[in-house]
Amino acid sequence: MISLEHVSKTFGAGPRAVRALDDVSLEVRQGEIFGVVGRSGAGKSTLIRTVNLLERPDSGVVRVDGRDLTGLSSNELRQARHEIGMVFQHFNLLASRTVAGNVELALELTGVARDERRRRALEILDLVGLADRAESYPAQLSGGQKQRVGIARALAGRPKVLLSDEATSALDPETTRSILELLRTVNRELGLTVLLITHEMDVVKTVCDSAALIEGGRLVEQGGLVDLIRAPGSRLARDLFPLGPVPETSGTVVDITFSGGSADRPVIATLARQHGLDVSILGAAIETIAGNQAGRTRLEIPGTGDQIDAAIADLRGQGLLVEVVSQPSEGVRA
Amino acid sequence: MNNDPTAPGFWSDLAEVLVEATGETLYMVGVALLVTVLVGLPLGVVLVGTERGGFLEAPFGSRRAGVVINRVLDFLVNLGRSVPFIILMIALIPVTRLIVGTFIGSTAAIVPLATVAIPFFARMVEIAIKEVDAGLIEAADSLGATRWQLVSKVLVPEALPAMMLGLSTTVTSIINFSAMVGVVAGGGLGDVAIRYGYNRYSVTHIIAVIVIVFLIVMVLQTIATRLARRFARRSFDSRGRTRGDEADAARELVSAVDDGLLPGGSRR
Repeated sequence: MISLEHVSKTFGAGPRAVRALDDVSLEVRQGEIFGVVGRSGAGKSTLIRTVNLLERPDSGVVRVDGRDLTGLSSNELRQARHEIGMVFQHFNLLASRTVAGNVELALELTGVARDERRRRALEILDLVGLADRAESYPAQLSGGQKQRVGIARALAGRPKVLLSDEATSALDPETTRSILELLRTVNRELGLTVLLITHEMDVVKTVCDSAALIEGGRLVEQGGLVDLIRAPGSRLARDLFPLGPVPETSGTVVDITFSGGSADRPVIATLARQHGLDVSILGAAIETIAGNQAGRTRLEIPGTGDQIDAAIADLRGQGLLVEVVSQPSEGVRA
Repeated sequence: MNNDPTAPGFWSDLAEVLVEATGETLYMVGVALLVTVLVGLPLGVVLVGTERGGFLEAPFGSRRAGVVINRVLDFLVNLGRSVPFIILMIALIPVTRLIVGTFIGSTAAIVPLATVAIPFFARMVEIAIKEVDAGLIEAADSLGATRWQLVSKVLVPEALPAMMLGLSTTVTSIINFSAMVGVVAGGGLGDVAIRYGYNRYSVTHIIAVIVIVFLIVMVLQTIATRLARRFARRSFDSRGRTRGDEADAARELVSAVDDGLLPGGSRR
């Protein structure tokens, strides 16, 4: 639905030039919620702004619904933007208009008749749960309500794609959750494809089907959340289930990732009973991700090399992802 | 006619003179204000738009055209604001004659009045529009707004409270300058002050003119401030800063420009 192909963007020139996007390629499938995570300055804001060409890339192709936007005339681009809704971190609502007026603005721009505008605005405000605030001014609303108006405005023109530029970053955790639920709802009910950027791992965990990690203008990793969790060495998976720094111990430390069917297997009991190992749990994180139970556990395993090798092989044989993160420095192992 | 308030017919003469002069002043100021808004508003919008990174950065597809338009307008606005009114008025006599047919009378006075007020108001508009959050421009762009829609549906409505205050300052200075056109027989209250107060030394006339001018300014200021407040009352942003504060900030800026504390040129 959205595809970026080898998109690059540099700001400034000469020695002070900043490469905000460096050969970024990305594919968002129809109907999914795709999250791009990164720290501030990583280029994620530039990335989402290239999708509706608020930022024009230096090179590369931007396709939305199969159409290459970079080749459009400014008039055609305006038309194409009617198909791409966008919500902003700071809401960007007009203070001079009522809630309904703000939503109607999107329709005024496309020349929808007054009565139809009104009807559609109230309909969409009902969807976001703000039907009773139609005549309020943005100044009278809370942050979460303002963002609902922002979402309503973005959806008023029935776009196929919704871009969310840090939509929850200015909100408290509870409000964040309700806004994310709303995004989930419109994603399901309207079949809307959503591309969001965020610096909060929680947002990805809560709503995303797929995710990408951006660093220094490059996409380091991307894929379906479930696949990422199963991928060995995935940075995103590690960030989703933070286990903290590896402690200094004399034993071997392993991180075990569970997902899908393996999540409810009695791993520790198996190790203790079948291999006679007294494992201790150093850390654990379990979440429901994309409808699946998934999690990571960090175990410390005492004992000698052979015993541990056998135990790890056994665990891997059960379909678990096992990563050895620390071994005793006195090389018992060959 | 004489200066003696106890003489028969003095007060009725005074009233007659004042009513006529007030009418002339309101006429001059009213029409000049109308012309000022009609010309100054688009001028201010173009001044902001043609700036680097503005929404009219490259009119007709040419960045060079944007730069040239911006520089020329900026120069004209500065020129208009820096020439003393009395000199401007005399310098404009040929232009006035061309437009109105004569350079004497209230109608002729409208030309220099509007000429001095347009650059002033254009600056006020420029400042007010610059205060509009850049995020709103981005939102309008993301919704596929044309430039005209951006200006008419977003920038101008959002800048209205600050522009209202700018307008009120502009009216005051038009009234101020309108008194000066009495020097070139432009009529109005300034004319009364010169003919009766200066030439015949009638203190009563002077006081009456001062009171009337003061009342006019006060009424107009009150109306403008009320309107600005009404527009601004709707809005305070999430950081708790009210648009009223912004309007106050704009007003301070306006008076700073007015007092010559800030250069008439661009704010940067």
